[in-house]
Amino acid sequence: MDKDLIKGEFTEKGLIEELLKPVEKPPPRPWWVVLAVGGALTLAWLYAILVTFLRGLGTWGINQPVAWGYDIVHFVWWIGIGHAGTLISAILVLMRQNWRDSLNRLTEAMTLFAVLCAATYPLIHMGRAQNFYWVFPYPNTLAMWPQYKSPLSWDVLAILTYLTISTLFLYLGLIPDLALLRERSAGWRKRLYGWLSLGWTGNARHWALYRAVYVLLAGLATPVVISVHSVVSMDFAYGVVPGWHLTVFPPFFAAGAIYSGFAMALTLIIPLRRWYRLESVITERHLDWMAKVTLASGLGVAYIYLLEIFIAWYSGEPAEWAQQLWRMTGPYAPFYWAMMLINVVLLQTLWFPRLRQNLTWLFVFSLLANVGMWLERFVIVVISLSHDFLPGSFHLYQPTWVDWTLFLGTIGFFLFGLAVFIRLFPPIAVAEMVHLYHRLRGH
Amino acid sequence: MLYGYMAYFSEPKAFLAAARRLREEGFRFEAYAPNPVEGLKEALGDGKEPVPWVAFLLGILGLGLALFLQVYASLDYPLNAGGKPVLGWPAFIPVAFELTILTITLGVFLYLLYVTGLPLAWHPVKHAPNYVEVLLDRYGLFVPVTEARLEEAASLLRALGAEVEEVRRA
Repeated sequence: MDKDLIKGEFTEKGLIEELLKPVEKPPPRPWWVVLAVGGALTLAWLYAILVTFLRGLGTWGINQPVAWGYDIVHFVWWIGIGHAGTLISAILVLMRQNWRDSLNRLTEAMTLFAVLCAATYPLIHMGRAQNFYWVFPYPNTLAMWPQYKSPLSWDVLAILTYLTISTLFLYLGLIPDLALLRERSAGWRKRLYGWLSLGWTGNARHWALYRAVYVLLAGLATPVVISVHSVVSMDFAYGVVPGWHLTVFPPFFAAGAIYSGFAMALTLIIPLRRWYRLESVITERHLDWMAKVTLASGLGVAYIYLLEIFIAWYSGEPAEWAQQLWRMTGPYAPFYWAMMLINVVLLQTLWFPRLRQNLTWLFVFSLLANVGMWLERFVIVVISLSHDFLPGSFHLYQPTWVDWTLFLGTIGFFLFGLAVFIRLFPPIAVAEMVHLYHRLRGH
Repeated sequence: MLYGYMAYFSEPKAFLAAARRLREEGFRFEAYAPNPVEGLKEALGDGKEPVPWVAFLLGILGLGLALFLQVYASLDYPLNAGGKPVLGWPAFIPVAFELTILTITLGVFLYLLYVTGLPLAWHPVKHAPNYVEVLLDRYGLFVPVTEARLEEAASLLRALGAEVEEVRRA
């Protein structure tokens, strides 16, 4: 059944030529559109960051009691998206799932840019971003150290570890491909690939060690994926705010991360495979499997939505139950019910092969799931904070144009970064695919 | 200047057999392939990779550093947070875990570079005229000029069905 993971008859060389096309041939027209739109939004993003630095956090909509607004919503959203990359790469390599080989490069690149986008939010949310290094343990004249019993301290290390591992994992996978590109290109590209490939020769002993290190890193990246979003969830669960103080948060966030990560991967891969004519290596079967993982992780999320309602009632804690009613009937109720509609009701369409295998619906659903997961983070961060213990301090949150620009700007930077990446580096791991090609032929 | 001989194979099976034969005959050679070849390690007579043990030791190091950091920071600047004990070790687990993994990842990557000798600015094999093919779809055995029975190795490789070419600086 794995036989049709590579569709069509290819010689080994033909397959490689096919996979190198996105890098070696002129890009298709949509690439320019993505690059231009992404670049423009990136500039707008830089402008919004400049405004934040020059005029301060007063330009944002955050206030008391909603001190965490769009910045934290988007931080969690991006970190979640960043999870599918490493998940596809690492967990599936450990489980020897052959369908990962077509997808890992793109999703790992997605991870890298998503985590970069995420990391900017806490940085600029500090207000005095120039003092960011205060989060690190360094000897200082105040004789102070970070508080290591606080999840915010854990978060710093979890995110940085994740960023390091996912970058290294992506880079390690690229090295053999870079060596091939080095030999096939000329001019500045040859220099770039020459430097980045570290002079990889294809020596068999190097290959053996390389594979051992690669599989080991996959094994290490797997628990890190789970741990990162669990730690992010503890930023909330450690607090006493109604709607946050739940022990179920770590698995809830991990499931949500996988769900949103796969949704974003589908959003990117479905148009890309058409623009770049990658149908022979990213087949309907790949997309079907991704849709199934989306369904499975989405069901975990949906279950915990329902569990949250039950726990709020069963806890007997008036503030918790009031928070739940506020979500369902308060001024933010449309957000809550839209989230339920997408992540609980529409999710069920993926049970049906006819709908799941319909690429138009799968693409539309993946976009909706991204929106749904954005709404989930909005529900958790903003709605919970707006309605805590004291009725006198209840207050609604209204984002400003700076908040919106910072959000759209990261989307632009994400697209811009991916467009540049695909132009320079093969979007499908060539060496991995050749390895798969041989395994499918029993070599 | 002659750097050696490069023998090309199109099929992994013939390549493996030739590598085994060259090793049995006691020749000095290097094997090149576009992807990891099953069974090549045995053909070259290599043992198991010590990577897991290296990783384990790095993990112990990382764990030790992480626990030291947290214990030291807590004792040097004690904070009473919600009446929790100063050395409340369960709270140290997340940071200990992340730093353990971080140390192993960086350490193993550096170990890979150290053992393979990468980054490598130059290697004689890159002067083989068709070198790009061993990164693409063929398999290569390179016999360096330092091998005493160089011509004998080249004719053996030819007899094994390889396409053999001289590797020279242009």
